[in-house]
Amino acid sequence: MRQLLGHRLFWPVALLAALLVTNVIYSPDFLSIRVRDGHLYGSLIDILRLGSPLLLVALGMTLVTATGGIDLSVGALVAISGAVACLNISHLTNQKDSGAVVPAVLLALAVCVALGIWNGLLVAGAGMQPIIATLVLMVAGRGVAQMITGGQIITVNSEPYHLIGGGYELGLPLSVLIAAAVLVLTGLTVRRSALGLLLESVGGNREASRLVGIRARGLTVTVYAFCALCAAGAGLMISSNVASADGNNAGLWIELDAILAVVIGGTSLSGGRFHLGGTAVGALVIQTLSTTVYTIGVPPETTLVFKALVVTAVCLLQSPAFRAKVLPGRARRRAGVVEAKPGKKEATAA
Amino acid sequence: MSTTSLREFAAQRRGYLPVLATTALFALTLEAGNYRYYGFLSGQVLANLFVDNAHLLVIAVGMTFVILTGGIDLSVGAVGALSTMLCADLVERQGWPPLLVIPLVLVVGALFGAGMGYAIHHFEVQPFIATLAGMFFARGLCYLISTDSIPISDHLFTTLAQSHLTLPGGVFVSWSVVIAVSVVAAAFVVLHYTRFGRAVYAVGGNPQSALLMGVPVGRTVIRAYTVSGLCSALGGVLFTLYTLSGYSLHLVGTELDAIAAVVIGGTLLTGGSGYVLGTVLGVLVLGVIQTIITFEGTLSSWWTKIAVGTLLFVFVLLQRIMTARRRS
Repeated sequence: MRQLLGHRLFWPVALLAALLVTNVIYSPDFLSIRVRDGHLYGSLIDILRLGSPLLLVALGMTLVTATGGIDLSVGALVAISGAVACLNISHLTNQKDSGAVVPAVLLALAVCVALGIWNGLLVAGAGMQPIIATLVLMVAGRGVAQMITGGQIITVNSEPYHLIGGGYELGLPLSVLIAAAVLVLTGLTVRRSALGLLLESVGGNREASRLVGIRARGLTVTVYAFCALCAAGAGLMISSNVASADGNNAGLWIELDAILAVVIGGTSLSGGRFHLGGTAVGALVIQTLSTTVYTIGVPPETTLVFKALVVTAVCLLQSPAFRAKVLPGRARRRAGVVEAKPGKKEATAA
Repeated sequence: MSTTSLREFAAQRRGYLPVLATTALFALTLEAGNYRYYGFLSGQVLANLFVDNAHLLVIAVGMTFVILTGGIDLSVGAVGALSTMLCADLVERQGWPPLLVIPLVLVVGALFGAGMGYAIHHFEVQPFIATLAGMFFARGLCYLISTDSIPISDHLFTTLAQSHLTLPGGVFVSWSVVIAVSVVAAAFVVLHYTRFGRAVYAVGGNPQSALLMGVPVGRTVIRAYTVSGLCSALGGVLFTLYTLSGYSLHLVGTELDAIAAVVIGGTLLTGGSGYVLGTVLGVLVLGVIQTIITFEGTLSSWWTKIAVGTLLFVFVLLQRIMTARRRS
């Protein structure tokens, strides 16, 4: 029991389960999944579908966080990628031609990766604090996205493009499959090779990592580029789902949700360790939270208060200091163990 | 001995470099505006920089305290919006006297900040996350009060908002400017001439050393967030006077403007180094950019964001180069 309670995924999963149970109490057929036209339908599928852009962004954010960084620009990148793709598709003579849509999508991804590399160079090359380096793009990028769309909402009427966010494959929404594939591939890449360890090492102590021969600079740039790629993918999903690009509101505050997902998942913002599985659960928790608000009929005005309370509860429960002070006895021994871990001191300093 | 003091002198001077650079930038943007538009450098245009940004000035001063301790406060815009809502709701709908409501709003803001500071210090929640939750909570409370905009017609509020103060040279400023400037002066005195101010710099410089020196780290951190909460609430009250309304979507994104102003003003986000007067210059630079874009007329609003982003980039890069040189 103690081992179970001490598992890092315990609190996030418990929260997710609690949210799902609440939903079932208020709406008994919440868990049912129907098959219609060969597609799966149901509230759970909706949570997965609506949550997949967030999951994708949070995945990239997890790796950036592992290196001790943070990427505030993902929301702006979401807007830019949708804007670039939609602008190019809207210029096509035949928007239904998938041969012409693919380059537009690739261009959007490439633009965002280039911006991600810019972020990485500011952090690793110029040595700026990640929060400021990415704040530059967060502020300016939103302006760039609005400039690309000309302050308007660009609508497209392209079936191949609509597939990314609204299509179905094997009975499941394509966006869910994309997000799941990226999650699995990323997990395999970082955990089956030494890459994950190297990232954690850079996050633990950049200078020490460099001295033992880890290319901290190259790794950092790569991670920011990957994070931007994930954000671009999320941007394509969001914009293709509504068949339009909105420079103002696409991906607005998604960086905050993504950071929350990462933190709920048990990744420390001070870097040095990360949990992709936890992030996935964290992203689902946030999406389920939004759904729950509608299911149990909380007035939409209270959504934010509800969210704030849940976030506060999770963060406090995860804080070793809180558990040691408020929940004595059981927590004391474990708090002592956490105290001994490296990176803890930095968390206090940050 | 003379070489040490000379070196010390030079080192001290370097601390002012970012502020000097901001001053130069401010002069440059003003000159650019003056070159391009007739009447740009008139006293009233300059006074309007303060009139239009009084609320931001107060909020950014609070943010300076928090950033000097090495933290960050994302909740300032939401707390400001909550203040506009509380003012409007209590005065207009509940019929409370404004002279009771305004102090109450300030106390609510300060308590809000203190709560976040408490969680950050005692429960070791990261400032980013704690204030993010605070931001959601304060915005959420706004929606709970009302989802509509509440106009204010109360006598005291309208009088305060509409009466002006004439400066020599026939320039008008609102009372908000007087309040904002007093806040800046108070912050300057507190940061440089009180024990609390020194503790703020010490904690931001190195919390461990500060603790070993006997600086009350916890109390300082909590007080810095309390100051920020108080300033956000006061900024909200000034914004209420500026718009004569309470609305839950007021001051969205102000936290970014405030952080940008502090950074452009030369305060290091790692804490421990910076000046509140730099923050004032940062706010003014943001104000001039906005004014230039208004004067230009044909420029779209997104250029403000791009310009602010570019300025942020240039300034942080400048700071990096200078701190790197100091170390070597």
